[in-house]
Amino acid sequence: MAGADGDDSLYPIAVLIDELRNEDVQLRLNSIKKLSTIALALGVERTRTELLPFLTDTIYDEDEVLLALAEQLGNFTMLVGGPEYVHCLLPPLESLATVEETVVRDKAVESLRKISQEHSPVDLEVHFEPLVKRLASGDWFTSRTSACGLFSVCYPRVSSTVKAEIRQHFRTLCSDDTPMVRRAAASKLGEFAKVLELDYVKSDIISLFTALASDEQDSVRLLAVEACVSIATLLPQEDLETLVMPTLRQAAEDKSWRVRYMVADKFSELQKAVGPEITKNDLVPAFQNLLKDCEAEVRAAAANKVKEFCENLPEDNREQIIMTHILPCVKELVSDTNQHVKSALASVIMGLSTILGKENTIEHLLPLFLAQLKDECPEVRLNIISNLDCVNEVIGIRQLSQSLLPAIVELAEDAKWRVRLAIIEYMPLLAGQLGVEFFDEKLNTLCMAWLIDHVYAIREAATCNLMKLVEKFGAEWAQNTIVPKVLGMANDPNYLHRMTTLFCINALSEVCGQEITTKQMLPVVVKMASDQVANVRFNVAKSLQKIGPVLDNNALQTQVKPVLEQLKADSDMDVKYFAQEALTVLALA
Amino acid sequence: MVVHGDSSAPLHSRAMSSAATTSPSVDKVDGFSRKSVRKAKQKRSQSSSQFRSQGKPIELTPLPLLKDVPAPEQPELFLKKLQQCCTVFDFMDTLSDLKMKEYKRSTLNELVDYVTVSRGYLTEQAYPEVVKMVSHNIFRTLPPSDSNEFDPEEDEPTLEASWPHLQLVYEFFIRFLESQEFQPSIAKKYIDQKFVLQLLELFDSEDPRERDYLKTVLHRIYGKFLGLRAFIRKQINNIFLRFVYETEHFNGVAELLEILGSIINGFALPLKAEHKQFLVKVLIPLHTVRSLSLFHAQLAYCIVQFLEKDPTLTEPVIRGLLKFWPKTCSQKEVMFLGELEEILDVIEPTQFVKIQEPLFKQISRCVSSPHFQVAERALYYWNNEYIMSLIEENSSVILPIMFANLYRISKEHWNPAIVALVYNVLKAFMEMNSTLFDELTASYKSDRQREKKKEKEREELWKKLEDLELKRGLRSDGIIPT
Repeated sequence: MAGADGDDSLYPIAVLIDELRNEDVQLRLNSIKKLSTIALALGVERTRTELLPFLTDTIYDEDEVLLALAEQLGNFTMLVGGPEYVHCLLPPLESLATVEETVVRDKAVESLRKISQEHSPVDLEVHFEPLVKRLASGDWFTSRTSACGLFSVCYPRVSSTVKAEIRQHFRTLCSDDTPMVRRAAASKLGEFAKVLELDYVKSDIISLFTALASDEQDSVRLLAVEACVSIATLLPQEDLETLVMPTLRQAAEDKSWRVRYMVADKFSELQKAVGPEITKNDLVPAFQNLLKDCEAEVRAAAANKVKEFCENLPEDNREQIIMTHILPCVKELVSDTNQHVKSALASVIMGLSTILGKENTIEHLLPLFLAQLKDECPEVRLNIISNLDCVNEVIGIRQLSQSLLPAIVELAEDAKWRVRLAIIEYMPLLAGQLGVEFFDEKLNTLCMAWLIDHVYAIREAATCNLMKLVEKFGAEWAQNTIVPKVLGMANDPNYLHRMTTLFCINALSEVCGQEITTKQMLPVVVKMASDQVANVRFNVAKSLQKIGPVLDNNALQTQVKPVLEQLKADSDMDVKYFAQEALTVLALA
Repeated sequence: MVVHGDSSAPLHSRAMSSAATTSPSVDKVDGFSRKSVRKAKQKRSQSSSQFRSQGKPIELTPLPLLKDVPAPEQPELFLKKLQQCCTVFDFMDTLSDLKMKEYKRSTLNELVDYVTVSRGYLTEQAYPEVVKMVSHNIFRTLPPSDSNEFDPEEDEPTLEASWPHLQLVYEFFIRFLESQEFQPSIAKKYIDQKFVLQLLELFDSEDPRERDYLKTVLHRIYGKFLGLRAFIRKQINNIFLRFVYETEHFNGVAELLEILGSIINGFALPLKAEHKQFLVKVLIPLHTVRSLSLFHAQLAYCIVQFLEKDPTLTEPVIRGLLKFWPKTCSQKEVMFLGELEEILDVIEPTQFVKIQEPLFKQISRCVSSPHFQVAERALYYWNNEYIMSLIEENSSVILPIMFANLYRISKEHWNPAIVALVYNVLKAFMEMNSTLFDELTASYKSDRQREKKKEKEREELWKKLEDLELKRGLRSDGIIPT
């Protein structure tokens, strides 16, 4: 860096600082975002002695500016002279870690965590850890909240006396009198536990965990559930029952639905963390209760976990547990009063068939699938249809096809276009599983009807769908079934439908190959060049550009070029533009 | 963490599917129509989860009326009735326990009357029983919010299903607190911090009727229990801070602010540091919340109360508002301008001088806002006599700040009404200080040119800096963080 010092005099700090002080927030923000450039201009020495003190002193600004500053400083190590000097970034970040706005504070903590790794163990104790302590004993809750996120990054690399202090500080924050700080501590509890020695996990963390899990505020209690996963993973199996399970059991039956929701939401992780024995004895009944919870929110969260939970059950009596304990609850959820619960279940229920095997699926699950396929809520039906592949592997889709068809038809005509869009996206999958005959017989008309849907997004998805179908069934099938229908629309009185023909050609030309494109599609496109609607004409130009690469040179020269020349002389500006573009791209100009 | 669902949906989708079976093609409605149109206007009601699925019918043994027994036996019977009323019914099931629900309702009614008119009923044993009965009935986990993004301006609130009982319990509790025989020194054993904390959580109720009662209850408790005051203020602080910085969701902000308005009114002078901190660190940041419109009137009232108490707070308040000035939301900007006018109405001239520069820089930006409601609201300041007098006294400072923007929009603004207002303002300025006005008019062009030149110089500076960055970046590969 020394070689560059000569430039520094060109940029007096005053000018640069003026930029950082500009009255216009936007300009100030821009300058802060280029803080690294300013630092570079100043060189490492002056960045340390002039720029950083200035930044530390002037931290009263709009949160947006502060956010940018907090982010920049996390990447500043090299600009202040490398790891040796990284500690001089601490003062401005310390101030930023105390501001009110959460996003700024979080960013400052993120940057502090990042640069903590660049501190030597000595610097960590001399500079970083005192900062953490100052924050942890700050007056206003914001600094204490920020401190919570910094313990775990310095703990592993400091001496045992300092470690003891850090543990003490964390303990204090866990019983802070503001719930904001307790929430912050609870959310970092798991992370902190991971860096602690096992003895301290048992002696310190467990008591903090128990206290937080029975906090008066449910917002604190639910965060303790998250920590439960990490803590349970750290402890040896024999300690789980006494140290973790009482708290977990209590959380699963908490009076606040938010806490129960959290348990349901983290159920798979919890299951893995506590192991098969506890799962069998404790988690199975807990899961049953969550599936029957009085709040739909909780039931839906639990329903989402049904497949994962069953999958991770110990194999020796998995089937028996599912059949006697889980399936009865699942059966009830199929006719739940809440659509979110049903659709959560529908999105995973098909996965049970691989776990339970062919016979159980046919006997027990199939009736449930069929019931959900007839559900009044489209999302439920859609979720079943979108997961057909799981069942296909086990019992084949034919078992379902009788009920499937009406469900598909109804979704295809649903009043909400997003529902129609969703079912279109599953068409290629369905076509693959149901086979070409079934498709031609039952579904082809639907696919063609979507081409004239009154919503553009549906027409667009429908063209894309055709392309995927041709990829599956081949060009010959295309030539016989869909190409004639698509080309027929070129004479439709509605110009939107005529344009759809062009869009389909764009999508299909490549998969159909040169022969079909040249012999069947190209003549139609050429004819449409004299359409009376300008939008159709410039789409002809675009289509020609698109299908050009599929055609041979002869067709390009004798058919495409004259048409584009003609369009280039069109009276409409856009038509001219796109014709010119096509000529250039196809190198015909 | 926010978890949402839509339990009204079954109703909704049932309506939909029946429409679909009758005329599938007629009813093609897209998902973009406004919520209010889409949603069936149906009063929804909800009850807390913990009372559901009890299964068994509830039996209460009917007791004689209080007025039918001799006076000495009344306190005993009163306690018995309180105990009976601890039983909570499931109101989501409209058919269960009809008789018993009616019995409890009439008992509660009787209790309400009893505490209002009777004398000598409040024995010491009655206090814990009253608090227990109230706690059993009102303290419950509020159910999940019904709609994903509950918009209180657009959506119907979800009403509490058990209101027929709940209302009477609240009514009873208020009469109890207001009763002449009520002794806080005994009650404070039972109405403690934990009680207050649970009470405050209920302010999140979606039912406005419940929040209204809660407001009165909390106000009474604040008035009668001196030992709880600091605690109540602190917990309200916590609720607000969480609302601002964590969830942006809490239904009872307006009600809590209303209580605070009257609390602030009673603050002794000089104000404690705690109260000032509350103003600057809690009330001012409340302005940043998206749903400001729902409690802005109450918030502005609190702010003005503070300034009337202690005018030296004007500067931090106005600086705070300027810091959080809305950048994209015009409705909020109009609210800010309204609040600022309320503040200016009570501002002392010595305070005005301190903040006039940053303040009028912002007003000047508002005046030239392309959104005509914002511009109009700012220009209305010139109709306020007191503000006008302040501007006139300080015209030598304010006029140069305002002039460039006024001059520009008098020629450029798309809205003729704004242009007309601006002409009036310019005229007023001309009358105030014609010499300065003429000078500013004369130098307008050269000032603009100077600004442009400065802008160009800035650009060049940055260009040079970037070249340097490029050069060094090449030289010492990787020094610039990306």
